[in-house]
Amino acid sequence: MADISASPEGLPGAKSSLYAQSDRTRRRNAAETRFKYYGMGAVAIGVIALVCLLTSILSNGLSSFQQTFLRVEIFLDPAVVDPQGNRDPEEMAKVFTFGYQPLIKGSLEAQAQELAAGPAPEITPQLLAGMVSSAAPADLRDFVLANPDRVGETVEFNFLANARIDQYLKGRVTRESAALDSRVDVAQLNAADELVAIGQMQKRFNWDFIFGPDASENRPEAAGIGVALIGSAYMMLIVLVIAVPIGVGASIYLEEFAKKNWLTDIIEVNISNLAAVPSIVFGILGLAVFINFMHLPISSPLVGGLVLTLMTLPTIIIATRAALKSIPPSIRDAALGVGASKMQAVFHHVLPLAMPGILTGTIIGLAQALGETAPLLLIGMVAFVREYPDSILDPAVGLPVQVYNFTNRADPAFVERASGAIIVLLVFLVIMNLVAIILRRRFERRW
Amino acid sequence: MALSYFVILLLALSAAGYVMGRRKALAAAGGDSRGLHSLLSFYGWNVALAAFLTGIVILALWALFGSTLAGSMSWLGGVAALVAAAGAFAVAYGAIAPDYRARNSVEAKVKGILIFCSSVAILTTLGIVLSMLFETGHFFSQYSWSHFFFGTEWTPRFSGNSELGMLPLLWGTLYVSLIALCVSVPIGLFAAIYLSEYATPGIRAVAKPAIEVLAGIPTIVYGLFALITVGPLLRDYFAGPLGIGDSSRSVMTAGLVMGIMLIPFVSSLSDDIINAVPQSLRDGSYGLGATRSETIKQVVVPAALPGIVGAVLLAASRAIGETMIVVLGAGAAAQLSLNPFDAMTTITVKIVSQLTGDTDFASPETLVAFALGITLFVLTLCLNILALYIVRKYREQYE
Amino acid sequence: MDDMRIVERQLDQQELKIKADNVQVYYGTSHAIKDVSVEIEDKTVTAFIGPSGCGKSTFLRCLNRMNDTIDICRVEGQILLDGENIYDKKVDPVQLRAKVGMVFQKPNPFPKSIYDNVAYGPRIHGLAKNKAELDEIVEKSLRRGAIWDEVKDRLDAPGTGLSGGQQQRLCIARAVATEPEVLLMDEPCSALDPIATAQVEELIDELRSNYSVVIVTHSMQQAARVSQKTAFFHLGNLVEFGETGQIFTNPVDSRTESYITGRIG
Repeated sequence: MADISASPEGLPGAKSSLYAQSDRTRRRNAAETRFKYYGMGAVAIGVIALVCLLTSILSNGLSSFQQTFLRVEIFLDPAVVDPQGNRDPEEMAKVFTFGYQPLIKGSLEAQAQELAAGPAPEITPQLLAGMVSSAAPADLRDFVLANPDRVGETVEFNFLANARIDQYLKGRVTRESAALDSRVDVAQLNAADELVAIGQMQKRFNWDFIFGPDASENRPEAAGIGVALIGSAYMMLIVLVIAVPIGVGASIYLEEFAKKNWLTDIIEVNISNLAAVPSIVFGILGLAVFINFMHLPISSPLVGGLVLTLMTLPTIIIATRAALKSIPPSIRDAALGVGASKMQAVFHHVLPLAMPGILTGTIIGLAQALGETAPLLLIGMVAFVREYPDSILDPAVGLPVQVYNFTNRADPAFVERASGAIIVLLVFLVIMNLVAIILRRRFERRW
Repeated sequence: MALSYFVILLLALSAAGYVMGRRKALAAAGGDSRGLHSLLSFYGWNVALAAFLTGIVILALWALFGSTLAGSMSWLGGVAALVAAAGAFAVAYGAIAPDYRARNSVEAKVKGILIFCSSVAILTTLGIVLSMLFETGHFFSQYSWSHFFFGTEWTPRFSGNSELGMLPLLWGTLYVSLIALCVSVPIGLFAAIYLSEYATPGIRAVAKPAIEVLAGIPTIVYGLFALITVGPLLRDYFAGPLGIGDSSRSVMTAGLVMGIMLIPFVSSLSDDIINAVPQSLRDGSYGLGATRSETIKQVVVPAALPGIVGAVLLAASRAIGETMIVVLGAGAAAQLSLNPFDAMTTITVKIVSQLTGDTDFASPETLVAFALGITLFVLTLCLNILALYIVRKYREQYE
Repeated sequence: MDDMRIVERQLDQQELKIKADNVQVYYGTSHAIKDVSVEIEDKTVTAFIGPSGCGKSTFLRCLNRMNDTIDICRVEGQILLDGENIYDKKVDPVQLRAKVGMVFQKPNPFPKSIYDNVAYGPRIHGLAKNKAELDEIVEKSLRRGAIWDEVKDRLDAPGTGLSGGQQQRLCIARAVATEPEVLLMDEPCSALDPIATAQVEELIDELRSNYSVVIVTHSMQQAARVSQKTAFFHLGNLVEFGETGQIFTNPVDSRTESYITGRIG
């Protein structure tokens, strides 16, 4: 330590005033500011991406909750809808949808002539007929079968306008695009404007989008997500009933009872890996085991629910174990100290205290399962299903799969439907996450 | 379904077991339950559980394998289950005596249930591996493995004679993932650094949840976003005018959107890892007159590097296994191209398309999906194990 | 204890290095430092003693504005370093901390090589023009830190692989490398064993010839061994400040006496 007594060498600027920033400090501070802006930029990009995503979905989808209807007075001719004349719905059901077409055609013609004579001189019967959805006869038939007593009356009926007219009134079909489209022409758009002006045609809230069944390729205006909602509800029920007990049971064993040995190690590694396995692999598993091996019905919510159960299980186990881990050992010691068995200590004391955490984890797992699409595609849930499923064994679709179905169809009007279905899905997810947050806030305990 | 009736019968039998077990125990103790070894209800539970567990295990086995063994006689398993349950009932009922350790017996059974619950995870993995291996075996008996792994042509035909080379799919997968990581890693990392080291509590309270919301959005939503917004935007304002692509579905579309999806994933993992770096290291650096950014770049990030690498690997595994975004955003054309504005396809897209088509299930065109599936599984598994190992080693370093 | 040595210790009249006037520190709403004024001399070891939570570490961290890194901390009053107020708006804490180095309670070497640990400060402040100069600074600093002989053959080994005492001397060498004028030490020996403590204390005494050293310690014996001036803090107040010998043998304030004799603490 020879040079220990040597005084510090005067460096250039070492004795300089603190009040003056050296060039180097200025450069370093500039770098500091730049770095900070990079960080702000990154956060901003994330937030902007979220805003764009939501804006895109909302702007495309919100309008799907509204639908354009054409108000038409229609005489429910008993000779057509009830040839037997006894008002028996079973007898009346023998008249097929096709049989209602002339009825509608006739009333549309009458309506067109009336309009042409009065407020809207340009309306022709052909124009009007071309503006009504091809789902109209089916809708009318459903109405008649549900209200047989109104046969013979003239009723005011709201027919769905077809998708092009609807999209035009929502601003998505323009005159330029209509000119290139074989399924609509500009005269119809003009007529639609006139009908709107006189109140004959209007947009209304469309419950059928939320609760109605899907519709075929060329009638997007009639498509709904009702079947998908029921399918998703069934699947969530199955996940809840199967995944939660198994997940909680597994967590209790691993956290409270399992001895530290190679088997437990394998289970632990296995669970953390399962949590990161791509979801589509669970779909392959479901196809191979539940459908090909166990011969459970294809496209059924049962199989969907089982696949989602296996997929969510790791999430629930990880959350539950964290909840159990946060309960201090003193609680267990206290119970053991008064002579409770280990099992009693866990079930009487630890588990109730861990409940809020377990519930939160469960809800998050359910939310994840609700939004999952890929595995369901592989077990046949992409099928076109119009019948409401009565049990978990009937064919159904899930909400996210319904979105995928909509996107696969050629008609651009389905984009609106897909976005609308996503809005419904997101509403459910927001509610679930809010519940989870509230639970956590309300019951969170600091030990 | 006949099975559910048997389950109801079994439940009824167990309920009867509970009542009768209780009653016999009480009688055996001469009407005073304090004379028993365990609480009275344990004697009831013991009988009920003995009957129910025996029955349900046999029913479950029957549901799994019965249809292959006995064909149409579906009631056989149910009857066998009920008979066995009744036997177990009788044994447990017979054992009741004042000094019988009913609580220990019940707890052993409950523990058995818990062990079964934890083994479901193992069974799932086994199921995944075995089912895919089995079908992949079928596939390779019909199609050469070297053509599959090293083939550069992917042209499945309904008529047979398909070329099922995996390389174009693997290339598409890796290309999309690479773009996704190029987007998400810098943004996620910088966002995490900003939020944990710079942001005021007010900004953090808004920005952090906003970014985390991105993680809760289902992938189908991102897929739709790619399909209806990002894809057309890239085509009309970027690729189109530059003349480098005319498809709205492209590697770039899928990669960008997937990158957005992964931002919260990378940022929350990095956040954890950066917060695990001890404050004393930061203090040491500030004490020497380092600025915040110098401290982060030269002390915090190097110290957190292993953890960050682990996080990136986990994100990569996510990107490789992601399905809906590429199904809707990347396209279906299997090709080996370098242009990111070309439509390309990935392993996951082809798994979906091969398994949702109407082809014969035993044909190589369908079975190839299982071979793709196991490739995907092995790929992601290796990444996950490596990542978890690195992250765990990293955590131990600062504990 | 060699208390006798203190009394005989030669005290040169030194020039003033740091002058604190009416310093107040608040953590959120709690008033952590109450109206402290103190004068710290150059080429002197000044010890801050007092029971835990008395504010001695907080006050130390004010001297190089380390408290700036804590959001809720607010400092009032003024602290002059060579006559310049370090809390002035024009002062960049980054430049200040190069002049006022700090050594912490727990040895905190960066997870880098020994060489890079010491070179870190010179690199960020741009003190070396080239590699040779940097080598020279590193060697000189390690010698000042009295650890050169132990590590000269393994400068590439990670700093975290050293023993606790070596780590702390490495941290001192790291602080010295930026050519500071003042060295702040926050209980530098509390995490060390007695032998390592003795080595570090010896080093502190040697450092006195070049720097103004301020050391916070909860060990009165340590303060008596290494310091020439001692300040006693209690509940955020500076109770007594004076020559170490006087504080330990003939305290003015009854609280100081109670603390020294072990009645409060």
